[in-house]
Amino acid sequence: MKPAAFDYARARSVEHAVELLGREGARVLAGGQSLIATLNMRLSSPSLLVDINAVAGLDRIVRRNGHIEIGALVRHAQAERAAEIAQAAPLIARALPHVGHPAIRNRGTIGGSIAFADPAAELPACLVALDGEVDIAGPVGPRMVKADDFFQGLFETALGPHDVLTAIRLPAATRDTRVGFAELARRHGDYATVGLAAAARANGTKLTDVRLAFFGVGATPVRARHAETALAAGDVEAAVAALARDLDPPDDVQAEGRVKKHLAGVLLRRVARQLGEANP
Amino acid sequence: MSAHEITLTVNGEEVRESVDARTTLVDFLRDALGLTGSHVGCEHGVCGACSVRLDGAVVRGCLLLAVQCDGHAVETIEGASDSGAIADLQEAFRTRNALQCGYCTPAMLLSAAELLAGGGVPSRAAIRVHLSGNYCRCTGYQAIVDAVEAVAHARAGARP
Repeated sequence: MKPAAFDYARARSVEHAVELLGREGARVLAGGQSLIATLNMRLSSPSLLVDINAVAGLDRIVRRNGHIEIGALVRHAQAERAAEIAQAAPLIARALPHVGHPAIRNRGTIGGSIAFADPAAELPACLVALDGEVDIAGPVGPRMVKADDFFQGLFETALGPHDVLTAIRLPAATRDTRVGFAELARRHGDYATVGLAAAARANGTKLTDVRLAFFGVGATPVRARHAETALAAGDVEAAVAALARDLDPPDDVQAEGRVKKHLAGVLLRRVARQLGEANP
Repeated sequence: MSAHEITLTVNGEEVRESVDARTTLVDFLRDALGLTGSHVGCEHGVCGACSVRLDGAVVRGCLLLAVQCDGHAVETIEGASDSGAIADLQEAFRTRNALQCGYCTPAMLLSAAELLAGGGVPSRAAIRVHLSGNYCRCTGYQAIVDAVEAVAHARAGARP
């Protein structure tokens, strides 16, 4: 199908984008890898697309004060090649090859994946597992939102209609950082049936600060808090059993809820092994 | 409706056209420029048949608006084919029956060329993962992987 008619404007700066978004029915266009698909299918019909691709400075990856900041317009492929991401954000590096296909990653942006907040997408779950932050520019100025507060419902986030996501910020990995990532999809690069992004801190042979963020199992990335506690106590099977309390995935086009629940346990065992290993 | 004047390079030639904001790049290439080697399949980024190069990187022609390409360089299968840069890949597809109906082939060639441009001989698994975004409904992929692998070996052998 073809999109319904809309107007198009190229933003010159973040402030200009926020101003343009003041119009009723305006939407941000970044990589467009989800948005334009929804336009083509006429699942959305904005009055104006505000293209931020030409805004300077949003495509940077910066390490500062123990954090790594990834600009909203950093393309997935650019992030995949970035040495800073491999070193300071190994969970993101592990997840990226699963985000869409190479042609999607050449155009899709990190900020777009977070702002679109598909419940089966990899990067929102990584942001939650890493306890990251989102930088937002809006009509009243910039603000920061923690990952746990950012994802609010199905495709619903802390972003208002006039806001632009400008960057995400993650704690840079240290020697005791442990991460794990696994997903199951029918075709490599498709949205996951179930996936798991995890982070923890190694303390001797034990794990602390375990954060398990499942995706494809609810409206947003879902923390498995009972399983986190069991894993920190060193009991993988108790963690798998705890998923019965932590997760209640609805049936969807990919699989029935009970199948997803079983697969979540399979993934947790795989990820638990990864969390036991130091990063290369 | 909003019409926009755009200037871009397509296969090395400068093009100036007026486009509606809602026209996708692949429709623009096919309908305005007559470059019909880029195919329209699913129109939502799943099948990969519309793949073209934007500033050298392979992208979905259905998930990009023509108006966004103002000031950029686009290369289609016509340009890649005329340049001779993928002649070995095209020949390998032909000799190994890596196409039947040919609908997916232009995009499949561009995706495979991008993988091979990275150098070396990728494993068959890596070839499959790289081509995972390009559907082929005829061949079952085996012959496509054969062709790409053969070219990788040939290019590696041809290098000093």
